[in-house]
Amino acid sequence: MNAETTRTFAKKDYMSDQIIRWCPGCGDYAILSQAQTVFAELQIPREKLAVVSGIGCSSRFPYYINSYGFHSIHGRAFAVATGLKVSRPDLSVWVATGDGDALSIGGNHFIHVCRRNVDLQILMFNNRIYGLTKGQYSPTSEFGKKTKSTPMGSIDHPFQPGALALGADASFVGRTVDIFTKDQRDVLKAAHEHKGTSFVEIYQNCNIFNDGAWDALTEKAVRDERVMMLEHGKPMTFAGGTCGIKLNGIRPEVVQLGNGLSASDCLVHDERDPFLAAIIMRMDFPAFPVPMGVLYRNPRPTYEVLANEQIAQAKAERTPNLQKLLSGGDTWTVK
Amino acid sequence: MKSVQALDHVVIRFAGDSGDGMQVVGSQFTNTTALHGNDLATFPDYPAEIRAPAGTLAGVSGFQLHFASHDIFTPGDAPEALIAFNPAALKANISDLKRGGLVIVNQEKFVPREWERAGLTANPLEDGTLEGYQVIPVDMARLSKEAVEGLGLGTKETDRTKNFFALGIAYWLYSRPLGPTELWINTKFKDPYREANLRALRAGHAYAENVELFTSRYEVAPMRQTPGVYRNIMGNQATALGLVTAAQKAGLPLFLGSYPITPASDILHYLSGMKAYDIHTFQAEDEIAAICSAVGAAFGGALGLTTTSGPGMALKTEAMGLAIMTELPLIIIDVQRGGPSTGLPTKTEQSDLLQAVYGRNGEAPLAVLAAATPGDCFYMAIEAARIATQYMTPVILLTDGYLANGSEPWLVPDVEQIPAFPVTFRTDPDGFKPYARNPDTLARPWVKPGTPGLEHRIGGIEKQDGTGNVNYEALNHEHMVKTRAAKVAGIKVPDLEVHGDDSGLLVVAWGSTFGAVRVAVDQARREGIKVAHAHVRNIWPLPGNLEAALRRFDRVLVPEMNNGQLVKLLRDRSLVDCISLPKVQGQAFKVSEVLAAIRHHQVSEAK
Repeated sequence: MNAETTRTFAKKDYMSDQIIRWCPGCGDYAILSQAQTVFAELQIPREKLAVVSGIGCSSRFPYYINSYGFHSIHGRAFAVATGLKVSRPDLSVWVATGDGDALSIGGNHFIHVCRRNVDLQILMFNNRIYGLTKGQYSPTSEFGKKTKSTPMGSIDHPFQPGALALGADASFVGRTVDIFTKDQRDVLKAAHEHKGTSFVEIYQNCNIFNDGAWDALTEKAVRDERVMMLEHGKPMTFAGGTCGIKLNGIRPEVVQLGNGLSASDCLVHDERDPFLAAIIMRMDFPAFPVPMGVLYRNPRPTYEVLANEQIAQAKAERTPNLQKLLSGGDTWTVK
Repeated sequence: MKSVQALDHVVIRFAGDSGDGMQVVGSQFTNTTALHGNDLATFPDYPAEIRAPAGTLAGVSGFQLHFASHDIFTPGDAPEALIAFNPAALKANISDLKRGGLVIVNQEKFVPREWERAGLTANPLEDGTLEGYQVIPVDMARLSKEAVEGLGLGTKETDRTKNFFALGIAYWLYSRPLGPTELWINTKFKDPYREANLRALRAGHAYAENVELFTSRYEVAPMRQTPGVYRNIMGNQATALGLVTAAQKAGLPLFLGSYPITPASDILHYLSGMKAYDIHTFQAEDEIAAICSAVGAAFGGALGLTTTSGPGMALKTEAMGLAIMTELPLIIIDVQRGGPSTGLPTKTEQSDLLQAVYGRNGEAPLAVLAAATPGDCFYMAIEAARIATQYMTPVILLTDGYLANGSEPWLVPDVEQIPAFPVTFRTDPDGFKPYARNPDTLARPWVKPGTPGLEHRIGGIEKQDGTGNVNYEALNHEHMVKTRAAKVAGIKVPDLEVHGDDSGLLVVAWGSTFGAVRVAVDQARREGIKVAHAHVRNIWPLPGNLEAALRRFDRVLVPEMNNGQLVKLLRDRSLVDCISLPKVQGQAFKVSEVLAAIRHHQVSEAK
């Protein structure tokens, strides 16, 4: 029996020997743990796993995973990962990034990796703050937010990351929360299963510089009313099935179920519908519950497959002959 | 019967509007001349705008070609013949022409409206401007129109054939065959344009043969060359071919991440057509993504490459630092152009030398090479790949616009004779450390992701030597800074070769000034001046014998197309006081300029 086929990986196999240097209580620990669990559930051979990151707290992620890892420079993880995946399509390439890294300094690379559809899993830890530089506002910080660099309140309008990814034609958009362990694992697994750029926004708490960033949504007492778990083919309901989302023309609205309205009157989630996705990405608290899970999934050919097909095609059309190539078209001989 | 004069070399220049097809006729004349067996050097010169307003000085595009029956090294200082398509082209170029030279002009454009566009107040054909030149006005528009009559071409399309008419004249004048260009037209164009261009070319040739205006024609015999197969090659072509060859010799797939920029884009174009050689070409969203994708590919085990020019170099510097820190092989090609900022996008300059050597945050040494001629780009590209893979370091190869678009006949090398330098990836997990070092080269091991048991993390944060773990300790940092410097300093570099005398004046040059300097030095020696030429191809680290070589001479002169950059490096490394000869005009040195400086700075015997 082949030793390769009998190898199995446990969660601890993905833990590196490095001391984790995130602040105690940081949401990143939860994400790391779920990711390692998912790697084991998926049995991704450790050597085939490559984790690429930019700069920021989130970008320390690769150091803590016992696989191949590349902690690159601020904002550029998508570009590094693109080069890696195109030249090594056999690897499972994951990108760890943050709201500043991905959407601010790396914004250009972000939109282009989405439209190219390179088969990467992008985990964007969104804590709505710059943590590693100690507390400046980020491109997802709320309007009016007071931070070290905005003592009078931020006058920047924030990005809605899912809408941005969709606008850049990402083929997969998922959303989850650091503390939603099971849901997070489901989204990560779906992201891995999807061939193409899988963008996963993970709401993450920075307990030092933006503590309680997502409490308004994720506190146990209010969670059911303020977030809505989406499932493909299922009606959009929340608050224990007491509320739902209904379309009024082309706009969604929250309706109380009962009194003649039931789940069957509600909007049904279709992951593959880009028009519906546009509506979903714009549903935000407090007007709506925040949709969670796989928000959009619509496969199309991936960049690295197309790129490698062109190489195969070129080889099929013309046998490489370096000597002939160097000679070019017109030559003359001196005797 | 018209006479045929034998010449040993000729410099001609075609000049017209940027839409007149000057680069096409220039490159056609070049190919035909190369096939004829002359040595040659070319200099295309075109504006940054694709189509500047017609008839203006800003829109003038030129192509200069020097061909000879002997070895030549430059496109020539002053043309003997100028073919000018309009008053602006005449005005922009006439001052370069040799006194008594031949001027062929496109007559229909010499009308008041066109002079005024060129900023002239009178017809230059009549106001004495051309006194002392041999002027031949040709009504190219009418003649080419007659030639293509009946093919159903519109006015604009008809007008576009006149460059081939002019080329026909030039072919007659210099006794070149029409065959190679006819062949090219047949493959490049579809009817009716194919037929129209053929007719215009032949009509131009017949016109020159029959009309009384041309009293003599010229012949430049093929030169005696080293036996072998030759082709004409441009610098960017040679660079691309060198990279393909390098990847094959290293046994690696090549990954190019690039963003379009003048004058480097042609390397991207060439390599995009060579995918069958395991080449990925990735046109990135910007210069930063271009280099970062190449770094990612290098991490994956490919030969990572990025190509750019000055402004792009500026944007790539942080990622170069990353490649230095992660000690990955990477090739960065900078086809230099006039700077700073956007500068002179289509003009040549050598002003990125200090940026290449020093222009990064932190102590960030890497290897820097510079190609001397268009054909040399091939060999320097291979050398860049060899150093990068052998020493696990980024390497910058400097070329420039003059080399990139200039061309020369090139002895096609025998692929088998080019030494291979196969890369071995580490696969043995036993005792593996990501930053353990090869004692000879100080290189760390290159491991391909996918190799079981060698999983490791790299990144831009300071590393502990050996383990590669993140480390902020004071002494480790100093040790790593010095180790990275020692690795680059220890790159084996061939000694500097000195051509000429062994005392007196030494002219130290680098990059594309090779031709002008070599010709000037040889000329000066014939005049009895004690002078030598040393050409630096390894900019960093510099050759080990550099200081000794400089000290053998009484004076050192350093011509370069910048405000004095190599000269700083030479002084710094040798403490020899070198004389700077800067030229920052977006143009290459003329032989006469270097020669004048040699005469001025020569060391008199009675010293």
